[in-house]
Amino acid sequence: MSTRLTRGGRLIDRTAAVEFSFNGKRMRGFHGDTLAAALLANDQMLVGRSFKYHRPRGIVASGPEEPNALVNLGSGARLEPNQRATTTELFDGLECTSQNHWPSLEFDVGVVNNHVSRFLPAGFYYKTFIHPRPFWKHVFEPIIRRSAGLGKAPTQPDPDRYEQAYAFCDVLVIGAGVAGLKVAKAAADAGQRVILLEQSPTLGGRAPVDQTEVDGQPVETWLSAMEADLAARDNVTIRTRTCGFGVYDHGYVLADERVADHTPGDGRPKHRLWRIRAGRIVSATGAIERPLSFAGNDIPGVMLASAVRDYVVNYAVSPGDRTVIVTNNDSAYQTALALKAAGLDVPAILDAREAADGALPQAARAAGIRVLTGKAIARVKGTKRVTGVAICAQAGEGAVQEEIACEAVAMSGGWSPVVHLFSHCGGKLLWDETISAFIPDPARPPLNHDGSAMVECVGAAAGDLDLTGTPVAIPPVWVMPQGAPIQLRSKMWLDYQNDVKVSDVELASREGYVSVEHTKRYTTLGMATDQGKLSNINGLSVLAETLGQEIPQVGTTTFRPPYTPVTIGALAGEARGEIFQPLRKTPMHAAHEKAGAYFEPVGLWRRPYCFPRPGETHEQAVHREVLNTRQNLGLLDASTLGKIIVKGPDAGKFLDMLYTGVMSTLPVGKCRYGLMCNEQGFLIDDGVVARIDEDTWLCHTTSGGADRIHAWMEDWLQCEWWDWQVYTANVTEQYAQVAVVGPNARKLLQVLGGMDVSKEALPFMHWADGTLAGLPARVYRISFSGELSYEIAVPASHGAAFWAACTQAGKALGAMPYGTEALHIMRAEKGFIMIGDETDGTVIPQDLGLDWAISKKKADYLGKRGQERTFLASPDRWKLVGFETLDGSVIPDGAYVIAEGVNANGQRNTQGRVTSTYYSPTLKRGIAMGLLKHGPARMGEVVEFNTVAGGTVKARVRDTVFYDKDGEKQNV
Amino acid sequence: MLILECPYCGVKAEETELSPGYEAHLKRFGPGSSPEEFEAYMFARKNPKGVHFERWRHTYGCGKWFLAARCTATLEVFGTYPAQVSEPPADIIAKILARRPDWKPE
Repeated sequence: MSTRLTRGGRLIDRTAAVEFSFNGKRMRGFHGDTLAAALLANDQMLVGRSFKYHRPRGIVASGPEEPNALVNLGSGARLEPNQRATTTELFDGLECTSQNHWPSLEFDVGVVNNHVSRFLPAGFYYKTFIHPRPFWKHVFEPIIRRSAGLGKAPTQPDPDRYEQAYAFCDVLVIGAGVAGLKVAKAAADAGQRVILLEQSPTLGGRAPVDQTEVDGQPVETWLSAMEADLAARDNVTIRTRTCGFGVYDHGYVLADERVADHTPGDGRPKHRLWRIRAGRIVSATGAIERPLSFAGNDIPGVMLASAVRDYVVNYAVSPGDRTVIVTNNDSAYQTALALKAAGLDVPAILDAREAADGALPQAARAAGIRVLTGKAIARVKGTKRVTGVAICAQAGEGAVQEEIACEAVAMSGGWSPVVHLFSHCGGKLLWDETISAFIPDPARPPLNHDGSAMVECVGAAAGDLDLTGTPVAIPPVWVMPQGAPIQLRSKMWLDYQNDVKVSDVELASREGYVSVEHTKRYTTLGMATDQGKLSNINGLSVLAETLGQEIPQVGTTTFRPPYTPVTIGALAGEARGEIFQPLRKTPMHAAHEKAGAYFEPVGLWRRPYCFPRPGETHEQAVHREVLNTRQNLGLLDASTLGKIIVKGPDAGKFLDMLYTGVMSTLPVGKCRYGLMCNEQGFLIDDGVVARIDEDTWLCHTTSGGADRIHAWMEDWLQCEWWDWQVYTANVTEQYAQVAVVGPNARKLLQVLGGMDVSKEALPFMHWADGTLAGLPARVYRISFSGELSYEIAVPASHGAAFWAACTQAGKALGAMPYGTEALHIMRAEKGFIMIGDETDGTVIPQDLGLDWAISKKKADYLGKRGQERTFLASPDRWKLVGFETLDGSVIPDGAYVIAEGVNANGQRNTQGRVTSTYYSPTLKRGIAMGLLKHGPARMGEVVEFNTVAGGTVKARVRDTVFYDKDGEKQNV
Repeated sequence: MLILECPYCGVKAEETELSPGYEAHLKRFGPGSSPEEFEAYMFARKNPKGVHFERWRHTYGCGKWFLAARCTATLEVFGTYPAQVSEPPADIIAKILARRPDWKPE
């Protein structure tokens, strides 16, 4: 069993006991423990189940590369799934549970998959769940989804706080091992601003465990001197618990600081996301030990050799009384020596190499440890934990020569430099034959804005595994024993979390997968939460061997950020809830809220959809608002309407290019409706333009279009017609605008008083400046409803006062506010188009019968050439008409006009579609507009629309104006 | 995340301050142009692996459009310049050639 040793443990404080629970079981650890160390100290070898076969899983590693020991951390709203026990610092009261099992960790029904594993080969899902087709949605997918996924996502909002911060430096060093510390010091000595990031809570990397001396000093002495030196400098910032997880263009690095994961509830933000811009990035990220592929290498108790000595030296945790070492390199001998030094037994070191005569093997022999060279593990014995190993010759096929009883196996298959950060922006790798690993190619680094190298690797990350500059050779051992038959290969795990075995990669290769990227996706190798930190190199080596290719030829999969998983909370930072997006509110917003408005988003604006009264549904409110506006008086907050001033000697010429119609001839004091198209000819915006003075126009745009259209104008002025003398200004937010609409509209303005708004003084499509209710006002006599209507713009600061004055004075005239839905219905009753309803980016004004708004005389306007394209000039285009159903019902949104026959996919042919469809409270029936092939020539014809429920609804084709065709209502 | 210096206000702007505007130095073809000319102007955009001229707008800054000469493969920036030119200025060409001697301006 694994236990806590009575002595040692450089990171734990034995005077500070900590209580925690695992699957409800109370356990004790010490301050300084990781959760993984504390679990092992409590003999909790079994910590989870694998993804596919539900195999028992134990702790393998001691760092962020851990594939197995993932737990649900916390509970309720603070539940965090898939947290790595190896990087979770223990704190008092920590609660966690294991994942991916049912009903319990000890007894898991899903393990049946293990016994039928030969029926669950690589690509099983692709091969099996294809037929019959309809089964996917209703049978296969629900079952797979229920059994898939490790942790469960929390269902409540995260109560914790996260923040983001910016930082800038000359040199960013990621990784505070010996190599990183030395680089940081050198840069600091040179007067550069240095930021040093370290993912773990302490500095030093592997040195305190793996080395006795640095630069002739005892390692602890060297470390504390270095730490004190750097901490005392103004130009050095050290951030521990901070993982630099992604390198991006031009020296941009994201880092996740786990500020308060280990001190929950202390008021500090849980994580802080750093956005760092660095002149130079140094990746001192070390190397990760690789597992060896032998049968049963996934049984709890089989661990990385480096992890075993971490647990012994750092946490005084014994993985078991007897640990067998299996290796292809010298570093694992350190584990044997560390175990021996802790008083534990190492029955044997199995070295796959024919000879092992380095300093460490000699030291092991001198310590009395039995070293067997040319040997391998034939298989590991045990199920939920290791009970022993069977030994064979590495060169053979697995004939068992001897069995050794043990509680743990410490394995080392060599080391993989952590080249992730070097690779994120395209740094290229080299295969190093000496250490059998990919190393960064210093000649092909990712580049900075000026063409200089953006990332450089130092220390083990550069392949200098023992920091001597001349690494000891590590021969490749990809399968153990080398001639292992399929029975053994199908028990050799490459990817522990996703259950990918040597035999799966070999099967993929036999089935024709020759690309490492395809093999990855087919077998899911390296696609688990650990992203293949342990499995990728072993997997691609097996692939290369099977394909008979060299490893560099096969290559690696692409390294992408983040290096380790980053919680969404850190990425979101403070941008959640109310400040997720900046909301735009009109000056009258508070009055609308008070009036009980139901709001809808229009871009970033919030506009009243309707103003429901107590007991009213939204639909009833909308209908009341429409009828009241048509019969009495309606008030609309139109402040969101885009307002752009276009001014200058060439403003008229410019607007003639922008609009399809002519704006330069518009007399001062008058308004004209205009359409804007993009260069392809498609309609992008519409609105009323007012000529303010000789060289000033005010262009109204749609509510959602103001910023886009302003940018569009600036684009043409700055980049195409830069010699034209025109200024633009987006004054949308400078004015509040109120539409006063209905038979009593004029009366209201007369009650407010201050200017002549009579038919004679202010005819339709004219505007005038003046005073209303004592406020400066610009009154446009325009109508989007077909009623007598004025749109009054006042300075934004007077908006609330003007709205209040209208509401107050309007009481006697039957005034009611109305929202966007009533506006939509009234414009549809009049056959007015709406950008986004009648248009979708593929509609030209001619499709909508708006030829009258297109100048035939102008030589050019934006979109003119586009509209001349033959397919847009075709008489077969769908064109705008009105529809009324024979039974008075409302045509469903998005319904198509069906045509005879079916298309190549067996779907019904179509000849048109609805674009706007409403119940008209005015006409007491459904009305609609839509696009129909040859529409205008088919007046009176009855066509059929499909419906959501199935079946069809018949409608008669008619003109688009349903209400007051002669415009008598607005011309009073 | 790219950094481009706005040639108008001098700010070294992060990409989040900028809006991309695709290929620079397009010649507009309007009414009277042939279908081939219009198609080339509208749709046939260059997508080189290497030196490229792009339009960018300092949207959340001074609001000005400017042009950038950039390597799409390595993300090196050779220079930025005002948009009011119909071809890359000589000093930008020189900067590109200094680092890409084999590159040929069109």
